[in-house]
Parts: sequence; C-alpha cells; structure tokens
Amino acid sequence: MDVKSALFYAFSAVLLFAAFRVITARNPVHAALYLVLAFFQASGVWMLLQAEFLSIALVLVYVGAVMVLFLFVVMMLDINIDSIRQGFWKHFPLAATMGAVIALELAAVLLGGFRISEPHKPAATQLVMPAAVSAPANAASSAVDAASAALQVASAPAADVGHVVVAQVSNTKELGVLLYTQYLYPVQVAALILLVALIAAIALTLRARKDSKYQNPADQVRVQARDRVTVVKMAAVKPPVAPAAEEEKSA
Amino acid sequence: MSITLGHYLTLGAILFALSVTGIFLNRKNLIVLLMAIELMLLAVNMNFVAFSHYLGDLNGQIFVFFILTVAAAESAIGLAILVQLFRNKSSINVDELNTLKG
Repeated sequence: MDVKSALFYAFSAVLLFAAFRVITARNPVHAALYLVLAFFQASGVWMLLQAEFLSIALVLVYVGAVMVLFLFVVMMLDINIDSIRQGFWKHFPLAATMGAVIALELAAVLLGGFRISEPHKPAATQLVMPAAVSAPANAASSAVDAASAALQVASAPAADVGHVVVAQVSNTKELGVLLYTQYLYPVQVAALILLVALIAAIALTLRARKDSKYQNPADQVRVQARDRVTVVKMAAVKPPVAPAAEEEKSA
Repeated sequence: MSITLGHYLTLGAILFALSVTGIFLNRKNLIVLLMAIELMLLAVNMNFVAFSHYLGDLNGQIFVFFILTVAAAESAIGLAILVQLFRNKSSINVDELNTLKG
C-alpha cells in the first residue's frame, strides 16, 4: 500500500467517524465541531484528488464562514436537549438499517463499476482527454465533445498540446481561466445568488424595536412654519372660581 | 491495490447514506437537520471532484464551486429562518411546525 492509499484510508476513516458523530452527538455544539472536523478531512481527500483550490475554498468557506455561523446560532438558541432527544433511539434501528442498505448497495455498484485507475498525466494534458475518451464511444456526440475540448485547449493559455511536454498550469489558474471565460455569466449569477441570500438573511432576522426613537427626514423636510406655531386669539378674562373650591374654604 | 474512482465514489455514497440516516434520526432538531444537509452536499461534491480528477475534465470542479456558493446561501437563509422560528415558537422541534396544516 503506497502513501496515497494510506492517506486516503486515513482521511476517509476520520471523515466517516466525524460524520457519524455529527448525526448522533447529543449536544448540537459538539455536532457542529465534528462537522468542522469532517470538512477538514474532506478537504484532505480533495487535496489527494489534486483539487487544491476547491480544498482550500472548502476550508475557508465552510470552516471559516458557514460553521462559525452555525456555532453562533447554536449558542444563541437556548435549546432543551432532553426534549429534543426524545424518540431518538426509537427511530435508530430503522434508520440504521436503511442507511446500511443504501450504503452497501451503492458501494457494491460503485466499487464494481468504476475501476478507473489514477490518470498519470499532468494537469494541462488532461484538458484534451475527454475528446480522446469519448471519440470511439459515440460518433454522434464526439463532434460536440471535440469542439468543447478544442475550446478548452484554446482557453488554456500555456498549454501546448501538440507536444508531450506541456507547461505546468496550476489547478487554481486553470479553474480561474475557465471560470472567467466560459463560465462568466454563471459566475455573475452566483454573485447575484449570494447577494439575494445576504439581503434575505438580513430581512428575515432584522427586528425593529418598538420603543426606539428615530428621525424621519422626509417629515422633517416637509415641515412648514404655519404647521408648527398656531396663534390662538383669546379674550383676556379672569376665570371664575370653581364652586368646589369655595365649599372647601367655607368648611 | 491502488485507489480507483470507485473508492472515492463509495466514500461519497457512505457519507450520503450517513446523512440520510441523520435526517431520519434527528427529526426533532432542526439545526442538526441543516448539518446533515451540509454533509449530503459534501458527499455530492466529493463525487464531482472524483469524477473531475479521474476523467480529466475540469468542468466538474467548476460545478463544485457553484454548489459551494449555493450551499453557503442556503445555510445562511436556513439559519435566519431558524432564528426567526425560535423567536416565535421558543423551540426548534420539527413536529411543532404544523401551523400551515399541509
């Protein structure tokens, strides 16, 4: 067993253990912390798959942002754990059986059906592989694939596919080139989704206090002098003495 | 035996099955339900990255990028709804969310 296999099994074991603890942990804070561990292990597995950018992005986005959000929310809510855990073990046999069946069936199919071993090529040459793979398989779709592969090669700046020796382009650079040429509009849509999520989250949780005092600039601008000061004309007469006060005096 | 594509896919499948089990188990705890959904998305992303590596097609990683974006937005809105729910009902029990009578 080489180093890579050993690393894969180590990462996978810790990942599955952490995932198991996420769904069975009694305290939601522990569940969130185990989820952080699971994301770190997944990032390690992706590093083995040479997806460096995504594995760092997973740690930054998930562990740095989403999980901190989770932890904040868990700590803000005052959750009664005992009432939440009621009926947990009642459902456990059925859920465990179902999960085991799903996992075993999928594992049987996937382990048997996808015996594709490691591609021993530098990253840049992999760009042309889809055309080479699919060309003998399907004549109808091969033209489309070849066209898209040609587009990809054209978009990779330093990749000289005519020669065996190609320039080593990092995963991040390749992703960036693809993201800002072919996927420019989807990137804009993703930015819009994030903006909508930002506004929606603020709008959902924003709560105006009823007793807070604030100024209304529109009303302040619209105010006029005659609305503010009213001159009341009154006759200068002495008010009559109340009869109740008279009685008190005499008593 | 070297690691094949099937190994990574199986890892994703087991992770997915675990999170399905988690959704069944934590029927009363909305916050752990959200975490199980995050795990599910992680399993899907694992498949995308594995296929992207073994088939040599970078488009799979682009897709993972967009899934990460949408998942971040989803969890932000989900947690905002959760906070509102807790303010109104003082509970995050899924069984109590029956006011719509669906």
